[in-house]
Amino acid sequence: MEEVKLMKGNEAIAHAAIRYGVDGYFGYPITPQSEVLETLEELMPWETTGMVVLQAESELAAINMVYGGAASGKAVMTSSSSPGVSLKQEGISYIAASELPALIVNVMRGGPGLGTIQPSQADYFQACKGGGHGDYHLIVLAPATVQEMADFVGLGFDLAFKYRNPAMILADGIVGQMMEKVVLPPFRPRRTAEEIAKQCPWAVTGKGGRGHRNIVTSLEMESPAMEQNNLRFQRTYAEIEANEVRYQEYYTEDAEYLIVAFGSVARICLKAIEDARAVGMKVGLLRPITLWPFPSKALDELSKRIKGALVVELNAGQMIEDVKLSVNCRVPVYHFGRMGGMIPNPTEVLDALRADFNI
Amino acid sequence: MKPEEIIKPENKIYSRPRLLDDRNTHYCPGCSHGVVHRIIAELIDEMGLEDKAIGVAPVGCAVFAYNYIDVDWVEAAHGRAPAVATALSRLNPGHLVFSYQGDGDLSAIGTAETIHAANRGENIAIIFINNGIYGMTGGQMAPTTLLGMKTATTPYGRRADLNGYPLRISELLERLDGTCYITRQAVHTAAAVRKTKAAIRKAFENSVAGRGTSVVEIVSTCNSGWKMTPAQSNEWMAEHMFERYPLGDLKNI
Amino acid sequence: MAKVQGAVTIDTNRCKGCNLCAVACPADVLSLQPKEVNDRGYHYAYVVNPDACIGCSSCAMVCPDACIEVYRVVNKS
Repeated sequence: MEEVKLMKGNEAIAHAAIRYGVDGYFGYPITPQSEVLETLEELMPWETTGMVVLQAESELAAINMVYGGAASGKAVMTSSSSPGVSLKQEGISYIAASELPALIVNVMRGGPGLGTIQPSQADYFQACKGGGHGDYHLIVLAPATVQEMADFVGLGFDLAFKYRNPAMILADGIVGQMMEKVVLPPFRPRRTAEEIAKQCPWAVTGKGGRGHRNIVTSLEMESPAMEQNNLRFQRTYAEIEANEVRYQEYYTEDAEYLIVAFGSVARICLKAIEDARAVGMKVGLLRPITLWPFPSKALDELSKRIKGALVVELNAGQMIEDVKLSVNCRVPVYHFGRMGGMIPNPTEVLDALRADFNI
Repeated sequence: MKPEEIIKPENKIYSRPRLLDDRNTHYCPGCSHGVVHRIIAELIDEMGLEDKAIGVAPVGCAVFAYNYIDVDWVEAAHGRAPAVATALSRLNPGHLVFSYQGDGDLSAIGTAETIHAANRGENIAIIFINNGIYGMTGGQMAPTTLLGMKTATTPYGRRADLNGYPLRISELLERLDGTCYITRQAVHTAAAVRKTKAAIRKAFENSVAGRGTSVVEIVSTCNSGWKMTPAQSNEWMAEHMFERYPLGDLKNI
Repeated sequence: MAKVQGAVTIDTNRCKGCNLCAVACPADVLSLQPKEVNDRGYHYAYVVNPDACIGCSSCAMVCPDACIEVYRVVNKS
């Protein structure tokens, strides 16, 4: 019988990490994600699975510990919230440039600056458009439920190892803090040294038996070779874009208007859509699950059948840029956002839709 | 005996280390890095650690250390080598994990990572090259630059009122409970090289045995940055650097 | 009395002409080529006084480019 638990999204991430067989977690306290580290410390996985859990001296140190652990082929992760994730960006760029698998969790709070500890989605640009320096992409997963917080740990690592590219769970503070029922994934053992050597022949684990040395570096002083590296990264990104787009559609079959929202905001919008349908308005929802790669093709197709779209976010208008690029001016696209930790209710969303489209 | 009678395999007492790659380094003529690289390559071979060694290279002149010593390497971001080494050591217990860092990397941008890795007593060996200057970027002031020393960013000499004091980071690390061995050495004479080799051997032994953090500071020259010949640099170092950075063990437990 | 004799070989193409070996040598065995340069343009080190070498390895110890290999014999006569 499946085991149903009640817990916070942040706690679900910690449980899922242990059950997935994660080798190492390196974190630093910051609201609203501290429960990830706290839960791991409480569960003491080093006594059971052998997972390393370490509270680092800073987010900077934590992400560079992830870099070191990932370089040795281990499944390693970190979590933080917006200001802390800003600090991690240099390390994330190095991890991407060194083609290392790793998982980074951002439980977003309102910014900019120290901002607020209340929920936000204002790090969409940072997560999807770079964040750190150079041309790179993270695989960005946006959970809307505590269940997805748990599930995306495994999915994130699977994709990260499949493509040798860091993945990010871009959660908002709502889904990090709220309690909900969750079915935790089954326990699986951590990979053995032999399995790691087979899966990650590039890993830095000491030459032991390999006969040649492995080097993990992002440095290449020869420009033609560095361009080749970049072209290789771009090929990987193209492959990810072709294979890994994930999204969910609700009520889109007959929709005249489309709401696009991710994370917990999508759930608020779903309620707004149900209210709209109750009064005869044909509104549908597209919820991107992968923010990068973005479900551009799905939006392109939908835009051929709708009159317009409303993008609802906890920011001043970030994902709307990708929605506009996807629908390519075929229909009008408007934005409704709350900022600074404010969360819209379904009525506000519906009012915005009515106002934008005169309905 | 004539030289050709002496130069026979059975009479050989010193060879180029097997783990030093057959490749010319990018270092300037006379640079201390080359000597320290050679010592590390010798020791890893002599100690039978070739298969268990993981080096963490810095940002600075030694950024390409991974091209010269034939073991596994990770190239860290500037200053973050002790954090990278922390994870490598914790996730690969029983391995020799060492970082190789300069004074800018270790004692300026990476001060926090250095102090906290040492304070946690990570089982790593830190090889710290202190030449009082930023070599790779063109001879700018480092935290360890001596007062009065001219650099690209202290063209009239380092002033305490403007730039603070030369940082003795090994003395700070000596105070931390997590460190087991802190020593300051040099490689300017054959005798000094032998002492440095013994020191790095001890640091490597500590790392593998899990005794805590070891730091081998090597007071070094940067003749290009100092604008002297290699031989003059060695003399200048002995005359000026050793006063501020005296050689010897600071801690050995 | 046993007499120690040494000899060194120098990888002249690897040598960067830093002169540290010549300074370290207690027997003035080594010097830099005054005019000749190697493939990379360095006045490389060479054995100017082979008979004086005692095989002490000081030159090899301080060589930053590991260009020097050392041989030694002990004549028991």
